[in-house]
Amino acid sequence: MIRWLLLLLGGALLGGIVHLATIIVLPRTATRDAYSRLTSIAPVNTVISLPEPTPEKSVMPMMDPAFASAICRYDLSQGPMKLTVPISLAYTSVSFYTDRDIAYYAINDRSAGRRAIELDLMTAEQHGEMPEDEEITSADRLIVESPTTKGVIAIRALAPDPGLMPMAKRAVDAARCQHTDLAKGAN
Amino acid sequence: MRLLFGTIFALLVAAAVGLGATYFALTHDTAFGALRIGAWTSWPKTGTQDADPYARAEIARTGRLPIALGDGVTFQANTDDKGKRLDGRCDVEIVGITPAARFWTLTLYNREGELVPNSINRYSFTSQEVVRRGDGSFEVVVSPRANSGNWLPTGGVERYTLALRFYDTAVGVATKEGREVPMPTVRTRSCP
Repeated sequence: MIRWLLLLLGGALLGGIVHLATIIVLPRTATRDAYSRLTSIAPVNTVISLPEPTPEKSVMPMMDPAFASAICRYDLSQGPMKLTVPISLAYTSVSFYTDRDIAYYAINDRSAGRRAIELDLMTAEQHGEMPEDEEITSADRLIVESPTTKGVIAIRALAPDPGLMPMAKRAVDAARCQHTDLAKGAN
Repeated sequence: MRLLFGTIFALLVAAAVGLGATYFALTHDTAFGALRIGAWTSWPKTGTQDADPYARAEIARTGRLPIALGDGVTFQANTDDKGKRLDGRCDVEIVGITPAARFWTLTLYNREGELVPNSINRYSFTSQEVVRRGDGSFEVVVSPRANSGNWLPTGGVERYTLALRFYDTAVGVATKEGREVPMPTVRTRSCP
């Protein structure tokens, strides 16, 4: 009897370890998480606008239907990225996520304080390699450090009422994300 | 032989306990740091890099992108203030005022986080759309039947979740439960 109780106790303890292990491993193995879903529809390093969520179809669950949204799935292995988002009338925000769907930074139109949200996205390593003089000339530029090489940027504009949705859509559609070198060449 | 049976028994117990607990955790919103105000619950840390393993597992399982904390904060309600499960066949009223934010939105989802089809294609209210009373408070009626005023249709689904999102707000990780954050009440008015 005692023997079985001990086995039960041992099994339960082992179960605790199984539980913690599965919780920690799950995000690494998920194939239906937001980043995987977006990977299948969005090419890398370009802005793709997402269709409005409807009852029949939604790219991700729990999307806010009052927003027009676009995403830029980025890969910094070839160098830093430059992001430009024009501000729409009501509320515009840009949120940064790792490839495990963890938000690490967000900025909105008011905290940007300009007509457009402009920033440079790079890894900590790339930030460290940046020549110092360039850092000084770009003092008014906002630099965001990505903790991961790959990730996704969500660009969202609010339509306070449905009539303003086309305007919000135009704002997110006009967002650009591209490699910094390419952006320089274009200027 | 006894050793073999004993080992198998212990392993079976481990699998049942471990996987059972994981399933429970993923279906019951068990992330740490919950902020509960009335019927509303928020996990401000889920929108940051400090998200705990339970929050991370839940994000991966559901496939959503959590709202980043610098963007806004989401409060969810699955029950009314008395703890009664929100039922799409009942009339539920959401009354009161909200914490300071530039905008808020109130959206109805089914348990899978999808919008619910309805005759007038209304899935949410924004702070600008909602019709307010003279004192600035508002009343939204969540009901399967057409209502005058701010009507958020349920489409008759049995269970649903309300998401109240605040954008550009001071509500966040440092917010304590209590008076400093006024949230609207959720009351089931009548059930057929």
